[in-house]
Amino acid sequence: MTFTVPAQLETELDELLTHYPEKRSAAVMFLHALQDHFGFITPEAMEWTAARLGLQPISVLELVTFYPMFRQQPVGKLHFKICRTLSCALAGSYRLHQLFCEKLGLDCHQPGPQTTPDGRCTVEFVECLAACGAAPVLMCNDRFYEKVTEAMAEKMAAEHGFEP
Amino acid sequence: MSVVTNHSTTAVPVVKTLSVSVNGRWLAVPQTTAHPLTGQPVATTMIQACEIAGVTVPHYCYHAKLAVAGNCRMCLVEFGTPALGPDRKPILNPDGTPQIRKSPRPAIACATPVSPGMEIYTNTPAVEAMRRGVLEFLLLNHPLDCPICDQAGECKLQEYSVEYGQAASRSVDEKVHKPKQVDLGPRIVLDDERCILCSRCIRFTRDLAGDDALGIVQRGSHSTLTHYPGRPFDHNYTLNTVDICPVGALTSKDFRFQMRVWFLQETKSVCTSCATGCNLLIGSRENKIYRYVPRQNDRVNSCWMCDSGRLNYKWIGRSDRLTQCQVRDAQGQMQLRTWPEAIQEAAGRLKQAAPGSIAFIASARQTNEELFLIRHLARKLGAMADSAPRTGEGDAWLVNADKNPNRLGAAIMFGLDRSALPVTSDTAPAAVGSADMLVGPGVQLARSGQECPRSIMGAAAERIGAKLPKIAEGIGRGEIRTLVVLGEDATKHLGAALLGRLENLIISDILPNATTPRAHVLLPGCAHAEKRGSFTNAQGRVQKFLKAVEPPGQARPESEFLVELVRAVTGEQFPQTVEGLFNRMAKETVAFQGITWAGLGDLGQGIAVEVLKT
Ligand code: SF4
Ligand code: SF4
Ligand code: FES
Ligand code: FES
Repeated sequence: MTFTVPAQLETELDELLTHYPEKRSAAVMFLHALQDHFGFITPEAMEWTAARLGLQPISVLELVTFYPMFRQQPVGKLHFKICRTLSCALAGSYRLHQLFCEKLGLDCHQPGPQTTPDGRCTVEFVECLAACGAAPVLMCNDRFYEKVTEAMAEKMAAEHGFEP
Repeated sequence: MSVVTNHSTTAVPVVKTLSVSVNGRWLAVPQTTAHPLTGQPVATTMIQACEIAGVTVPHYCYHAKLAVAGNCRMCLVEFGTPALGPDRKPILNPDGTPQIRKSPRPAIACATPVSPGMEIYTNTPAVEAMRRGVLEFLLLNHPLDCPICDQAGECKLQEYSVEYGQAASRSVDEKVHKPKQVDLGPRIVLDDERCILCSRCIRFTRDLAGDDALGIVQRGSHSTLTHYPGRPFDHNYTLNTVDICPVGALTSKDFRFQMRVWFLQETKSVCTSCATGCNLLIGSRENKIYRYVPRQNDRVNSCWMCDSGRLNYKWIGRSDRLTQCQVRDAQGQMQLRTWPEAIQEAAGRLKQAAPGSIAFIASARQTNEELFLIRHLARKLGAMADSAPRTGEGDAWLVNADKNPNRLGAAIMFGLDRSALPVTSDTAPAAVGSADMLVGPGVQLARSGQECPRSIMGAAAERIGAKLPKIAEGIGRGEIRTLVVLGEDATKHLGAALLGRLENLIISDILPNATTPRAHVLLPGCAHAEKRGSFTNAQGRVQKFLKAVEPPGQARPESEFLVELVRAVTGEQFPQTVEGLFNRMAKETVAFQGITWAGLGDLGQGIAVEVLKT
């Protein structure tokens, strides 16, 4: 499989480059754009980015593995990111995580993101989402859900046509 | 005739100093020091000031030849600076000394610049407590597998743990496990659990070797040093990362599990694989060589050496070494002989040969002293003498395209030595080709003075081997009937057919080659690791090397038996020690004038070279 970036995305990325004094500074934004488009970041995408920015691929791999928001595996259509940092943990986020996993048939003791076999949902325990005042919080794709109750969670996990 | 000198004409800049105190002792330190990569003046740091004061600050990530990273925190120290009043003037104590305001927080000595009047404290209880704390963190996930670790015995983690570590871990959690035995490249194995993430290896390969091949992936306690999958860590300088890795994370496939480092006897030597002559230490035990490691010489190789030179030692222990003196009898059979017999035989043949019927080919892998004796003998016998060029690939850093370790020595002995200029590169720091030796191609550096040594070398290289065609012609015409060959395969330079026409072929070598079976007299010689001597490297630096192991069988240092041969042929007695011989050579060779064996020291000395530009 050869890696091709659609012309329009490429134009966008070229434009993005002009925002930075140094090419390498655009690395994170490149990766976000590629992840948004392809769903996850493949080695080919990293090598492409490295070549575009005059870096070695190891430097891009460093970034991709450093930031948890970059993923190297595909995720489900619904990506639930449940906060597990202090405020949310105190407000019951471990229970929420467990609940999601149970409802979706996943193992809540496994580290890292987990996806249902049908590819519909991914559940991930993440660090602080910066809405501690409204704990517990979670994100489904790009939407924030605050003060999440067990009932809300159950609904989200179960409801087939749930749209974030 | 034009003259090339390696004088630096620029005036030595006045070094501005400032005064700081280290643990209560005041000293003057330069305000700036040269940046290890760019050579630009940058503010002197506390760790450098401490070094000048003779106080060692424990450190991991700091390396004098690399960019500062400041990530390990091992070098934390306390410090204070003069207190200033509202008028920005120092507040004075009643006794007139400036009042020192101690910083409430420590600072990393490797990255903090010194300032006038600064007081640095490296031995307070607080500093020691910080070291203990840092070390506890570094050891938190460390496997503590010193008993099976190659670095044990020369490991900074081990050393500082003895001083500041704790016997038992306070952590109740299981340690984080990371990849073991990672095959990083053809010559390196990595144990990620031992890595303390100092990033020295990353900075070396990125900034000096110019190959940004290594990086740290993941985060926090899962951080893992690695290369990009499918891209092996493979260039000609990778093994230097094993040297600078302060722990046992990066290990050499060649040396791994071969020998405990504390059993190794270390002998100062130089590399013979090219004309650069990187300084090195031979690690040997019970007459076996286990490794070469670079030895710091800022005028030649800094702290580095190339992988190919480093690994080129195994031939020394080869089982097919020439170990016996042999002489061909009337029936054409080789017979074993003692040294006196073999020397008599060789001397007899040389004395009987008609003047002008003798030629010498002595390798530019032989030492200055040996070549000096050959030159003397050749002059006495009215014979032609030359060396053979040996070229290969060079690179933009250390590796020279000339593979003769003593090219310049040979050129001086057999070609260049007419008159010379007393110039030593010691008076002109970094002016002579050393600048481009010290940093790699990954660095933009004003390479001043590079032209000098390269052009010297160019001219010298041309002169080596210039007489070989004449020698071949002489043999072809039957004028040359006696050939003495030291350390070269003459079939390569003259052709096998010509050698068959010789009446006398006297050979000294280390390993058998296509020429050795044709010898009438065969004298087993020594590898450099088995003798003492000196080479003149490509920059015109005379460097000595010492003996690490015993030669096998009857093999003897060439300088020893050449002294005997000279005496047997001419009746002259040359000094029998290498020191004496070197000093005699220096006296009788204009280019080496003023240099003594003792004066060479460990780091060698620059010589006077005059070049005839043709
Ligand atoms: S492998 Fe060694 S040199 Fe490289 S980061 Fe780890 S400890 Fe430092
Ligand atoms: S650069 Fe030359 S002298 Fe230095 S280690 Fe390599 S081969 Fe030996
Ligand atoms: S702790 Fe959950 S949002 Fe900050
Ligand atoms: S030596 Fe200073 S922080 Fe590592």
